[in-house]
Amino acid sequence: MKAFTFQRVAVAREAASAVAGRSATMFLAGGTTLVDLMKVDVLTPDSVVDVRHLGLSSIDVSDHAIAVGAAVTNSQLAWHPVVRDRYPVLSEAILSGATTQIRNMATVGGNILQRTRCPYFRDVEASCNRRQPGSGCDALNGFNRGHAVLGVSEDCIATHPSDMCVALAVLDADIHTMRTDGTARSIPFVDFHRLPGDTPHIEVALEHGELITHIVIPHLPAARRSHYLKVRDRASYEFALASAAVVLDLEGDTIHAARLGLGGVATKPWRATQAELMLTGRKATDDAFRAAAETALAEAVGREHNHFKIELAQRTIVRAFAAARDREI
Amino acid sequence: MATTLRVNGSNHELSVDSRVTLLDALRDVLGLTGTKKGCDQGACGACTVIIDGQRVLSCLTLTAACEGQDIVTIEGLATGGDLHPVQAAFLHCDGFQCGYCTPGQILSAVCAVQEVQAGVPSHVTRDVRQTVNAATLTDEEIRERMSGNLCRCAAYPNIVAAVRQVLTHEVRP
Repeated sequence: MKAFTFQRVAVAREAASAVAGRSATMFLAGGTTLVDLMKVDVLTPDSVVDVRHLGLSSIDVSDHAIAVGAAVTNSQLAWHPVVRDRYPVLSEAILSGATTQIRNMATVGGNILQRTRCPYFRDVEASCNRRQPGSGCDALNGFNRGHAVLGVSEDCIATHPSDMCVALAVLDADIHTMRTDGTARSIPFVDFHRLPGDTPHIEVALEHGELITHIVIPHLPAARRSHYLKVRDRASYEFALASAAVVLDLEGDTIHAARLGLGGVATKPWRATQAELMLTGRKATDDAFRAAAETALAEAVGREHNHFKIELAQRTIVRAFAAARDREI
Repeated sequence: MATTLRVNGSNHELSVDSRVTLLDALRDVLGLTGTKKGCDQGACGACTVIIDGQRVLSCLTLTAACEGQDIVTIEGLATGGDLHPVQAAFLHCDGFQCGYCTPGQILSAVCAVQEVQAGVPSHVTRDVRQTVNAATLTDEEIRERMSGNLCRCAAYPNIVAAVRQVLTHEVRP
């Protein structure tokens, strides 16, 4: 690990200014991504700023929304009684990821900013446009079984690894930040992560030094009928091959509105808007879900080892919607 | 850099490089070698410790980030000569073979039991709105809640039995 200095600050403004103008300084929260990647020299900050003690650790519930501090841990959010009651898809998504030890460390802000698990990104000997712009992509013709089929480019097919983010995408969360000059802004969740295009190294909409302070999840009564289904190689402690976050707003057996997010198959937390619109006004049948699933994957691009994900994702979508439809609420 | 670590109720003034993980500080600086280094990359759970009441991985925790926090390692679990109920259950159920993963398994199990007693769901809980019940918890639930701790000897059936024994109070605290 490269040597670095460690700083702890007490207020958000101080954290942002500690990083401002210093490109090799990074925020440290739970450390489950950053410390891991520093050990393998993929991330080499010369200074880290601990942002877990800025008073950003509360979950504030109102009738209209819940506001979640960036330093709230994944466990705290998943186990919160109001989250479990209003947004089961979010609790389920978080609990399906990693292990309790890791969820106890990982923060909400850190989960949103976690890096891909692409093995070529994690190997400094490999070519990776995300890690080293212009160096090429060894995944394109390498071992790409775990890689994305949606949102890919000729420069990068790395999968976004988060489960939590897929649920936040379907819940239309907003990410609130503080910029280095102290001003605040909010960014809609679906606009936060960028498609790789020809600049895969630019992953999110943040400016350098801009700090996530909290997220706001609007109240969505229909989310009581929601579900997260994750399909993977092991029953526990494994990243998704395909996952679906769904919300169904039913009137009798007719769909008033549907929401669909996908994980494990895309380069960013994926929202399948066209598929959602197709379901509006349809009966909530498996056939309708299958048609929506085909639309959601219509533009998927498979490669040598990951073609199976295109069919797997569709089956995952059908099962997730059926489970939400049949859920007792 | 100078930092103060509070481990098993005692404060220790340390001077460590900012790169030193909590795992290495416990083992190499404080001589508390009960905490084990397995993968050193957050995959195996052998380095599990309890910080401020929550089970975490010491291999991905920087020592400098622990100032002001309360750390419990396997050495701090027993009270004098009296084993913690989870330790007693692992002995009673033979919940180990080579023993290398055992400190992490036991500390993880201590917290898993507390989480079940608090009623919080896991990935396999049928409905996250449910409050789980310690007395009727399935083996599948125990395995999921302990999935962050690998055992190369595959002592899993007896580890599950030990956790169940504590949950059903067959071993009294």
